[in-house]
Amino acid sequence: MSERNTVVAFDNVSIVFGDDPQKALPLADDGQQRGEIQETTGQVLGVHDASIDVKAGEILVLMGLSGSGKSTLLRAVNGLNPVARGSVRVSDGESMIDVTTCDAKTLRDLRQRRVAMVFQQFGLLPWRSVAENVGLGLELAGEPAAKRREIVTRQLELVGLDAWADHRVAELSGGMQQRVGLARAFATDAPILLMDEPFSALDPLIRSRLQDELLELQRDLQRTIIFVSHDLDEAFKIGNRIAIMEGGRIVQLGTPREIFSNPASEYVADFVANMNPLGVLTARDVMKPAAGGSASEETIDVETPIRDILPLLRNGPLTVTEDGAPLGSVSAESVVARLSA
Amino acid sequence: MNWLTDNKIPVDDVAEAVFGWLQINAAWFFDGLAVAMEWLIEAVLWLLQTPHPLIVVAILTAAVWALHRSWKVPAFVAVGFLFILNQGYWEETTESLTLVLAACVVCMGLGVPIGIAAAHRPRLYAWLRPVLDLMQTLPTFVYLIPAIVFFGIGMVPGLIATVIFVVPAPIRLTHLGIASTPTALVEAADAFGATPRQKLWKVELPSALPQIMAGLNQTIMLSLSMVVIAALVGADGLGVPVVRALNRVDTGLGFEAGLIIVVVAIMLDRALRVDLK
Repeated sequence: MSERNTVVAFDNVSIVFGDDPQKALPLADDGQQRGEIQETTGQVLGVHDASIDVKAGEILVLMGLSGSGKSTLLRAVNGLNPVARGSVRVSDGESMIDVTTCDAKTLRDLRQRRVAMVFQQFGLLPWRSVAENVGLGLELAGEPAAKRREIVTRQLELVGLDAWADHRVAELSGGMQQRVGLARAFATDAPILLMDEPFSALDPLIRSRLQDELLELQRDLQRTIIFVSHDLDEAFKIGNRIAIMEGGRIVQLGTPREIFSNPASEYVADFVANMNPLGVLTARDVMKPAAGGSASEETIDVETPIRDILPLLRNGPLTVTEDGAPLGSVSAESVVARLSA
Repeated sequence: MNWLTDNKIPVDDVAEAVFGWLQINAAWFFDGLAVAMEWLIEAVLWLLQTPHPLIVVAILTAAVWALHRSWKVPAFVAVGFLFILNQGYWEETTESLTLVLAACVVCMGLGVPIGIAAAHRPRLYAWLRPVLDLMQTLPTFVYLIPAIVFFGIGMVPGLIATVIFVVPAPIRLTHLGIASTPTALVEAADAFGATPRQKLWKVELPSALPQIMAGLNQTIMLSLSMVVIAALVGADGLGVPVVRALNRVDTGLGFEAGLIIVVVAIMLDRALRVDLK
């Protein structure tokens, strides 16, 4: 993954809401919290000093409680929120364009062709049919009607709504409406997708199903996705990397495993304590290092998720291998030891 | 107390001077306006008065049916027109409908663009609001006087007075509709790279359509309420018999003409109450 290109780069991004953002920045630099800054300057600190490089094809999850600045940071990528300091650079396919300084036309081009967005409350136009909603981005980009129809039909098939093309969006359930939102975002063929808590307004069952569908689509489409969530289970399920935010600042950035096994602060630890470890840990986390000789005939790879290991343990310990070489062993005892730690 | 009354602020003289100046220096503007209005009124009047009344009634009833797709409202409209014919008020009714229709064209033509501009520029609306309040609260008779000065006696000053009284309604309602477009929808359009013009046509106007249609309904009803006042400056129509009845203290004629106005008002209101969707 390391040799992949950066397609979205946040460089020391600060976002402040208010009439004089510059007043708030020195205080934020001194490490003051949002409440104190608002009291002394009247400005609301949205995000402070956030830096992340998002690589092509990865799913980055911005995660935190409400008010942590995750949506604010996401909306800086397509210029919906103005940046007070720092820059947000987005790849246009050839070079990186700074969306905080580029002109309106360049920004519009990026929004039409490079960056698509899915909203928590769907943001569908209620007076339009499902097909007309899915075609919105193409329509705004000036694609001819015939080409639009063809792409829309394909997208609707992809999300399983082809039978609903001519219905009004209001006739659809929440889960179906968000499928329309997804299809609309996929339709423009934009390589970068911004998803602002897309599944939070949905029932748990529907949410879980749409997460699976998104992962399945992503396997084929390989977009770069920046995903905002307040649900750690969701973040761990779909994120390749997770940035945990608190009070407008990024407190930890890493893979789900790194965050689970090594939380950077109390705040992160609190989050992690409430989640199901079975979704995160792999053989590497629960094995005992090899003390010479292999524990059993059966071997598993070091990256095997613990979920898949548990049923195999019934027949005794397993040997853990990395690139074929034995590394250690997993037994029921070693798993229990790690989980109860 | 004397200093207060001795130094009377010359509102009277200022108004006189302003209108005097306008009459001399803006004559070209008012003359041009008068010609355009005259033309609009003549055209509508010709359309309504040239064919046989029953043909016009049939066409209007068919139009109402096309709008509603049910028999109730068109039947009511047809009966209403037949009652008007029965009472012998066809000519006056077409004249009043002409005034209403012309006022509609002018008020919507001005009101919708101004309402949109005001919704996009909050500071413009802050300036506009007291002006709109003034237009709606200043007694109508007061601006009938300069209307006569500028346009003489006839349909045109009646139309101008009607427009001044009515145009705040579509401006306010269009402003309300555009300004209350859900932020989420405007943002979605932004996020997919809409130009300001695309945002207006594809998001804001469709979202504001119910309010704009309410503005149209208000425009028609308020215009109709002006027909009696328009008659005072010489506009033809259903107001003329009312004014005549008032001058002669003729209760019977007054009620007869008044009832026709009520019938026209109810017909227009029901005919235009269309469920969008």
